[in-house]
Amino acid sequence: MKLSGSEIIIESLKKEGVEYIFGYPGGAVLHIYDALFAAEKIKHVLVRHEQGATHAADGYARACNKPGVVLVTSGPGITNCVTGIATAHMDSIPMIVISGQVSRQYVGSDAFQEADATGITRPICKHNFLINDRESIAETFRKAFIIATTGRPGPVIIDIPKDLTDPKVKINFEYKKNIKIRSYNIKKLESDEKIKDAAKLICSAKKPMIYAGGGVILGKASNELVKLTKHLNFPITNTLMGLGAYPSSDKQFLGMLGMHGTYEANMAMHDCDVLLAIGARFDDRVTGDTNQFCPKAKIIHIDIDPSSISKIIEVDHSLIGDTKQILKKLLDHTKYFKKDINKDALSKWWRKINSWQKKKCLSYKKSTKVIKPQSVIETLHKITKGKSFVTSDVGQHQMWVAQYYKFDKPNRWINSGGLGTMGFGLPAAIGAQLAYPREQVLCVTGEASILMCIQELSTCLQYGLPIKIITLNNRYMGMVRQWQEFFYEGRYAMSYMDAIPNFAQLAESFGHIGMVIDKPKDLEKDLTHALSHKNRLVFVDVITDETENVYPMIMSGKGHHEMHLAPSANEDIELA
Amino acid sequence: MTTDKRHIISILVENEFGSLSRIAGLFSARGYNIHCLSVAPTSDDSISRMTLVTYCNEAKASQLMKQLDKLVDVINVKDLTDETHIEREMLLLKVKSTLKQRDELKRLTDIFRARIIDVTDTTYTIELTGPSEKILAFIDSLGKIKIIEQVRSGALGISRGSESLEIKK
Ligand SMILES: Cc1ncc(C[n+]2csc(CCOP(=O)(O)OP(=O)(O)O)c2C)c(N)n1
Ligand SMILES: [Mg+2]
Repeated sequence: MKLSGSEIIIESLKKEGVEYIFGYPGGAVLHIYDALFAAEKIKHVLVRHEQGATHAADGYARACNKPGVVLVTSGPGITNCVTGIATAHMDSIPMIVISGQVSRQYVGSDAFQEADATGITRPICKHNFLINDRESIAETFRKAFIIATTGRPGPVIIDIPKDLTDPKVKINFEYKKNIKIRSYNIKKLESDEKIKDAAKLICSAKKPMIYAGGGVILGKASNELVKLTKHLNFPITNTLMGLGAYPSSDKQFLGMLGMHGTYEANMAMHDCDVLLAIGARFDDRVTGDTNQFCPKAKIIHIDIDPSSISKIIEVDHSLIGDTKQILKKLLDHTKYFKKDINKDALSKWWRKINSWQKKKCLSYKKSTKVIKPQSVIETLHKITKGKSFVTSDVGQHQMWVAQYYKFDKPNRWINSGGLGTMGFGLPAAIGAQLAYPREQVLCVTGEASILMCIQELSTCLQYGLPIKIITLNNRYMGMVRQWQEFFYEGRYAMSYMDAIPNFAQLAESFGHIGMVIDKPKDLEKDLTHALSHKNRLVFVDVITDETENVYPMIMSGKGHHEMHLAPSANEDIELA
Repeated sequence: MTTDKRHIISILVENEFGSLSRIAGLFSARGYNIHCLSVAPTSDDSISRMTLVTYCNEAKASQLMKQLDKLVDVINVKDLTDETHIEREMLLLKVKSTLKQRDELKRLTDIFRARIIDVTDTTYTIELTGPSEKILAFIDSLGKIKIIEQVRSGALGISRGSESLEIKK
């Protein structure tokens, strides 16, 4: 079969089973767009800003575990993608970004819309390619998909000069699925012996704790995690990225850990004697002061990325490889050692944990005058029975979703944990809604964050995406205000959102339904009504208490046992 | 925290464009210094070999090895520091040589087994290979002789014996 470079690109994407391309055209990719025009199987989603394309592809990937694909032009097209690529990279999300480049003869001449795409993206992606000849297009695409989706996943950029996509020059096309990249080796499964040793150590624990992160979701290992945890009857916590990997409604689940984690999860981390870390990377928002991290524990770390092991915290035992495979084997081995578990010690440990749980660290002062942001999330959870896909932006609202929307399934909670990118929520919801057209997709956001990619409301109309946007409108960059209250004596420098638009009207002007909720008594009824619109996007502007802070909180530089609980929640609780 | 130590690292990398900047970029992004770096193709010209020297503590060195290994272009990487290995560096040195200094310069080059490779009526250009300490000792020994220009290749390293840095299969 003889094809042009552009046709080869489209055919390669088809061979990879690509369903959607999120993109925006421009000079350097017009040949590719022309080839796309004729392609039937692949649907193109026209965003309104290239940052939106990357976040949408990212949201799609997070929702359905398939790589998201982006197509943009050279120069400003690819520079607009930088934030989205870095966002995906920090959370290890598989993504392919195809960027046009000026024709080879102009590369390096400061040509119109020329930017050094591979140079700019090098530190924020798993890998990138600049294609040099037509013959290597197909192979480069195959390599890019292999690299993006295997091992620890991540974004891969393919930069392709315009002349290589010329429709008039055709070459032979063959797509070899099985190609080897000699410099790219995924580690083989850890030896049985090492897994057995880990199982033995786990079963010797008197105060065990399981700490599982986003690697469990990326590795599709949720079922295995649940089986192992249930089998052992051990307590478990999830990171922000891991929420949903273990059902939040289960009694062994202690909630999220870290800076805004629960009292019981953090105290159990501090006191445990064996910690099993799975697909988690000991982020500083999780560990707090690393010198005080799990001071009494032997640590076992399961991760697919060797460079994650002992990067932040020195561990005692590491199992490198696919989390799903390792958890399966670990379960088999723990069956053998289970008889060694000290049952009395474990019950005693559970009693201790239950005493921490009695603090009810997530309780908050209710109000009939102002809408408490936490109650919005609880109400959303109630209405949707905890079954929605929920995206968020970054700030207090993000933490409240993490704390109060009890996720029971993986891939439902979609947020920028690593980079903390405001503007992520709405485009990510586009990706998630396209991946699951019949599921309820909520975007819970802040009045500051939503403005960073608000233009994507237009995309939502074009593709008829019935996303429900809920702003927790506190008239502040709430998370910034909270830090200024705590650490800058209440000097609220530039954190007040002046001149906030009328979001309901704004949504209407984009062709959607806009609503405002400002009274606690209307909350459940109006939210139920908003969510009942099956085929329309509804933008619900919820006016919330502007003074509310996120609790519990570990101040920076403190250990897990030094949490602050909400001062007003339960008057008789002292600061821990 | 352990103290910083000199690490000499060998890297086999795909000879593709961008490979060098990926490696150099990793060092700057993760806060490592590159003391010296040399790179050239191997007998298989699709593969380049790099030798790199950096100073860091043990924990940072072990993290560095993992990060280098993680780069998609890197075929294999090895820290030569703690195994028996040979190091060589080349120095090209242009010095002022007045008539009075010529004998002394000739004597020093002989002692260090260096070679004079270019001469003008006012300058000598000298070539010397050896481990980095020898290069430094030679430069030190020049005393008052004025150095006009100094070019060092940076260290090259190879393991002793039959050990070699392989292309992982
Ligand atoms: C692109 C970007 N710029 C700046 C920040 C820093 N930042 C973190 S939270 C936040 C405030 C977010 O305000 P809002 O969206 O209203 O959410 P709230 O905290 O009020 O719920 C800011 C500015 C960021 N995370 N991302
Ligand atoms: Mg706000």
